[in-house]
Amino acid sequence: MANVTLRNVRKVYPGGFEAIKGIDIEVGDGQFCVLVGPSGCGKSTLLRMVAGLETITSGEIDIGGRIVNAIEPADRDIAMVFQNYALYPHMSVYNNMAYGLRNRRVPEAEIKTRVEDAARILELGTMLERKPRQLSGGQRQRVAMGRAIVRKPKVFLFDEPLSNLDAKLRIAMRVEIRKLQRRLNTTAIYVTHDQLEAMTLADILVVMNGGKVEQIGNPLEIYQRPATTFVASFIGAPPMNLMPIEGVRAQLHGADAVPAEAGQLGIRPEDFELADTVPAGGIGLDLRVDAIEHVGAETYVYGARQGSDSQDSLIAAANDVIVRLPGTAAPDIGARIRAVAPRGKLHLFSVDGRQRLPI
Amino acid sequence: MEKSVVFNGKLLPYVLLAPQLAITLIFFYWPASQAIWQSFLREDAFGLNSEFVGLENYQALFAQPEYYTAIGTTVVFSSLVTVLSLGVALLFATQADKNLKGASAYKTLMIWPYAVAPAIAGVLWFFIFHPTLGTLARPLRVMGFDWNPMLNGTHAMVLVVMAAVWKQVAYNFLFFLAGLQAIPKSVIEAGAIDGAGPLRRFWTIIFPLLSPTTFFLLVVNIVYVFFETFGIIDAVTSGGPAGTTTTMVYKVFADGRLGGDLGGSAAQSVVLMVIVIALTAIQFRYVERKVQY
Repeated sequence: MANVTLRNVRKVYPGGFEAIKGIDIEVGDGQFCVLVGPSGCGKSTLLRMVAGLETITSGEIDIGGRIVNAIEPADRDIAMVFQNYALYPHMSVYNNMAYGLRNRRVPEAEIKTRVEDAARILELGTMLERKPRQLSGGQRQRVAMGRAIVRKPKVFLFDEPLSNLDAKLRIAMRVEIRKLQRRLNTTAIYVTHDQLEAMTLADILVVMNGGKVEQIGNPLEIYQRPATTFVASFIGAPPMNLMPIEGVRAQLHGADAVPAEAGQLGIRPEDFELADTVPAGGIGLDLRVDAIEHVGAETYVYGARQGSDSQDSLIAAANDVIVRLPGTAAPDIGARIRAVAPRGKLHLFSVDGRQRLPI
Repeated sequence: MEKSVVFNGKLLPYVLLAPQLAITLIFFYWPASQAIWQSFLREDAFGLNSEFVGLENYQALFAQPEYYTAIGTTVVFSSLVTVLSLGVALLFATQADKNLKGASAYKTLMIWPYAVAPAIAGVLWFFIFHPTLGTLARPLRVMGFDWNPMLNGTHAMVLVVMAAVWKQVAYNFLFFLAGLQAIPKSVIEAGAIDGAGPLRRFWTIIFPLLSPTTFFLLVVNIVYVFFETFGIIDAVTSGGPAGTTTTMVYKVFADGRLGGDLGGSAAQSVVLMVIVIALTAIQFRYVERKVQY
């Protein structure tokens, strides 16, 4: 058990490409930290730096009060679960799990107990003698987890461990991973590009973009108060509607109170409702319904804002607005609707989207 | 399961197979059957007449003490060449697989020796280590080492082994490198995190995963060392001094081409053929079982 602290960590590749541009993160003992971001944002690189598989150009990584910059992966007391599981194909499930313990000269009797314990927790008891190629994707994933937990490391590192599984299994394994981490109470760092996975797993959510941290915090807090337009559109599905403030000034009650430097207004699809009267200080948008998506429990309405020029375009444009409606009730395509949202649900950002402003 | 094509007529499949069958028949079965037939004949010194002598050629062959010497020489030569060329190639390939500067230039250079014809390779080594002319033989003498492959059988053996290994390392290197690159990086990284040092990673992860390549190369190298090293031996030592580097395949050539004993030579090639077929069969039967696919 350990804290993991990253202090101004940077990674510059020999070609001069700066993959990680100075990152500070503090993960408390037993916490589950999720790094999320689009592909190429540096999240996997950062995790591999914590693991010791990539060198650290500058800054410090501290695991359990020990600076590990110059320490080999084997001696960092971490365990990693890889995206492709990275099981040893020529070893049985038992030997896959025992390998790390044998390398550390743990007595065979204890290896047996630990592997069997892990196999019981992960329901792999009947498969210990099989080779990885004889297992299904979900079972391989569990062997990879087992290999990590038998070592009893200070920190678990997960590199997109669920992205090779089908949707249903992914949800089941997501819950299993969270339960397992709670039960073992081991610090974990988890990389994913799936914002839903990030939201559901994290104690601490780190949203990354272009080698930098966009926002760190509690997932709900990030959801409710995104610090930048990048975070606003990345966290939450469907994404937050962002529109230039100039285009909607006429529809916004109390527009005069909006700070002068404000450039973009954001409203989450679920914060809209269909009504004729706009609540005091809120916003009312007149929309023409372009498309409807029925998901079962809810319905997404894609509308074009009236009065803007590119109404006939098929491509989603800046004037498109997504509205979430509960249930299956939905207006007809082409119908005119008014979507309203109260002032407390509006998000205001600077012109470049880098800063959140009060409203 | 892969889909298999079903032909309606009988003719088309045979036509499609014909080129491959023709090559196998003309270049393998026909010469092989000729050799077997020849091994039962005795020709006169001028090649004008031949008579059927049954197993006499074989009886004469196994009565020759030189033949047993050649078998012994072949065992020593082939095990040295196979083990060394595989070992050295594996060492080079593991080094080339690392992310080093100039790795691609190194890989290209490594492949060149394979493009050199065996006889030319032999001539190169002959001159480099010639007792009086050789560029490397002189320093050896200066250091007080009495290097003379022309007179000393052990030195001659060392020389042909080096030449044969040098020639084959390039080929083995190429396959080992491809094999190494096919091993997923993350498996090796998992090994590193699991606390295995580089050597332990090599022997417990990389080497077992490389075993299909190693097995394939073992078969190819044994065939190489039994048949194709003859050009090198001819150019470097011509089987000498005093027959110390005469392997079985070189003796086939020496007795048949130089000695004019076509029947005896044919009998030797039949024996050689049987040995190689047996060795390959043994490898497939026993070694392949231990291979991880």
